[in-house]
Amino acid sequence: MGFLDIKNATKSYGPVKVLHETDISVEEGEFLVLVGPSGCGKSTLLNMIAGLEDITSGDIAIKGRSMNGVRPAERNIAMVFQSYALYPNMNVAQNMAFGLEMHGVPKQDRDKAVSDVADLLQIQQLLDRKPGQLSGGQRQRVAMGRALVRDPDVFLFDEPLSNLDAKLRVDMRTEIKKLHQKLGTTIVYVTHDQIEALTLSTRIAVMFGGHVQQLGTPKEIYDSPANIFVAGFMGSPSMNLFPAKIGVTKGQAAAKVELADGKTASLPFPSDSPMSKHNGRDIILGIRPEAITDEDGADRNSNAIHIVNNHVEVTEPAGSDTFVVSYLGGKEVTGRFRADVDVEAGQTFPFAINMEKAVCFDPETENRID
Amino acid sequence: MASNASANVIRTGSGSRFIIYLLLIFFCLYYLLPLYVMVVNSLKPLSEIQAGGMMALPSEWTVSPWFSAWSTAQIGVEATGLRPYFINSIMMVVPAVAVSTVLGALNGYVLTKWRFKGDTIVFGLLLFGCFIPFQMVLIPMARMLGLMGLAGTVPGLIFVHLVYGIGFSTLYFRNYYQQFPTELVRAAMIDGAGFFTIFRRIMLPSSGPIAVVCIIWQFTNIWNDFLFGASFSDFDSQPMTVALNNLVQSSTGVKEYNVHFAGAIMAALPTLLVYIIAGRYFVRGLMAGSVKG
Repeated sequence: MGFLDIKNATKSYGPVKVLHETDISVEEGEFLVLVGPSGCGKSTLLNMIAGLEDITSGDIAIKGRSMNGVRPAERNIAMVFQSYALYPNMNVAQNMAFGLEMHGVPKQDRDKAVSDVADLLQIQQLLDRKPGQLSGGQRQRVAMGRALVRDPDVFLFDEPLSNLDAKLRVDMRTEIKKLHQKLGTTIVYVTHDQIEALTLSTRIAVMFGGHVQQLGTPKEIYDSPANIFVAGFMGSPSMNLFPAKIGVTKGQAAAKVELADGKTASLPFPSDSPMSKHNGRDIILGIRPEAITDEDGADRNSNAIHIVNNHVEVTEPAGSDTFVVSYLGGKEVTGRFRADVDVEAGQTFPFAINMEKAVCFDPETENRID
Repeated sequence: MASNASANVIRTGSGSRFIIYLLLIFFCLYYLLPLYVMVVNSLKPLSEIQAGGMMALPSEWTVSPWFSAWSTAQIGVEATGLRPYFINSIMMVVPAVAVSTVLGALNGYVLTKWRFKGDTIVFGLLLFGCFIPFQMVLIPMARMLGLMGLAGTVPGLIFVHLVYGIGFSTLYFRNYYQQFPTELVRAAMIDGAGFFTIFRRIMLPSSGPIAVVCIIWQFTNIWNDFLFGASFSDFDSQPMTVALNNLVQSSTGVKEYNVHFAGAIMAALPTLLVYIIAGRYFVRGLMAGSVKG
């Protein structure tokens, strides 16, 4: 049993089921990120943990205590909202102390708690300002401060960074991660940004259509996505997915892929690959852009690098890398090359493909084949 | 708004500008004329009015018509002046406005932030209540007031205006609170605030503009109401409007026009004052309630 247990929880609005049976167990100190596109049920799940939405069936328990029917205020949680939701009529100190005041904490202790947290977040100089006088980043800090002051069992973050500009978002992301490492608190964090999910979390639940598609560490999610949705959603640029056919010769499995010029290339899997069981099977092959690169940029530790000469469609220099677009299996495929590789559109160029990092999916079920 | 305003101005030549101003000044004078007549004639002895020349300034200035209207003029059968009725009106307006505003705010809060099954129907019925003609409820209301033992009393009038006022105040506050971010209410719920604490500590402090609109609207309507005042009051609970009518109608010989004018100004003054004091917020609040952003 975990610190926060979601057991078979569902949510329906009338006949519409927005969250299907969901089981997630969060350990103390974990940073769980719920990620998915809009309407996937992630915010609903968060609101259910907070008690702002009822659970249709199933159970949510914090520290072994079932939360069904328990009011939000009595769950010992704190939440940071997307709009920050700072009370506009109160100054920063009053905003932060409001929750403590409502829980009957004496004035002296409230002041101390507020000033401690203000020190931690470096917002002492903002304490007597009204939210309207703060910048976006400052409001964000205050909103976090208001949550921290309560010293809750679980922190809930609802897309807290999505209203910030790009640079500030990256800064605050680091800040949140530092804070989590320093305080070791249990956090459930909702976002639609897969980079945030990968950088912040200790575990990720990828959600789509009211289902948890995959629950795992960032590395598991990234390297072994459970299905085509997860593969395509996580990672930027997203994973290349194209049709291929398995061929096995002398126990060695290889993916037969059509090149841009119509010829077929054979990309052997590592010798221990389970693909050898699937001779002749049609698959969707998934390869991350960084596993399709120039020869010198390829991973030296991999023992399954294969060179394929292919036609270059477009190059997109992005400063630190150059993205090279070509065709494999009739689909556009993006490779991540080192920035100063001399490659031009229209050329035929040797691509180094790291088959250790390749994943195979069933074209029908869209699930990963092991 | 302010930056848009200057961009929206259409530049005109000085000739047409002159005509525009001329027209505007003309209309100003036209609308101010009745007030001028009232003020000027309330400050004249009666003989000057009877001699004609309503538009002329007084040749002999006097404030005695004001004193007379306030404390000695004949109202109906008693020579009490308007003072007791003015007090009646105040006793009626203040609680009616205060309670209908607070209840409207509470209704608006519930209808937007604590939605329940059938809330749109409830709101629809309240809205419908705004548009029921006064005449239609006279007899049922008289019966109700009788049953409640409030017939012919100031509390009875308060009750009538309260019932009528809630529809409008609910409409105002509901529309205003609809723009109010629900996340704030949710944050307060997580912070441990209950239903009334959220209302008092979070919603009300942000309701200034719409409260002003509501207060002006209710105050003007209730103060100026004649029909309910005439129908549901007794001699000792008549509001100002009814008393003013009685002042003008009571003929014990000569019609004291100067006293009537002074009385009419007195009856109009409170609404005028409320508008001058709070009017700045009125337009702003109307916009905030109706237009998003």
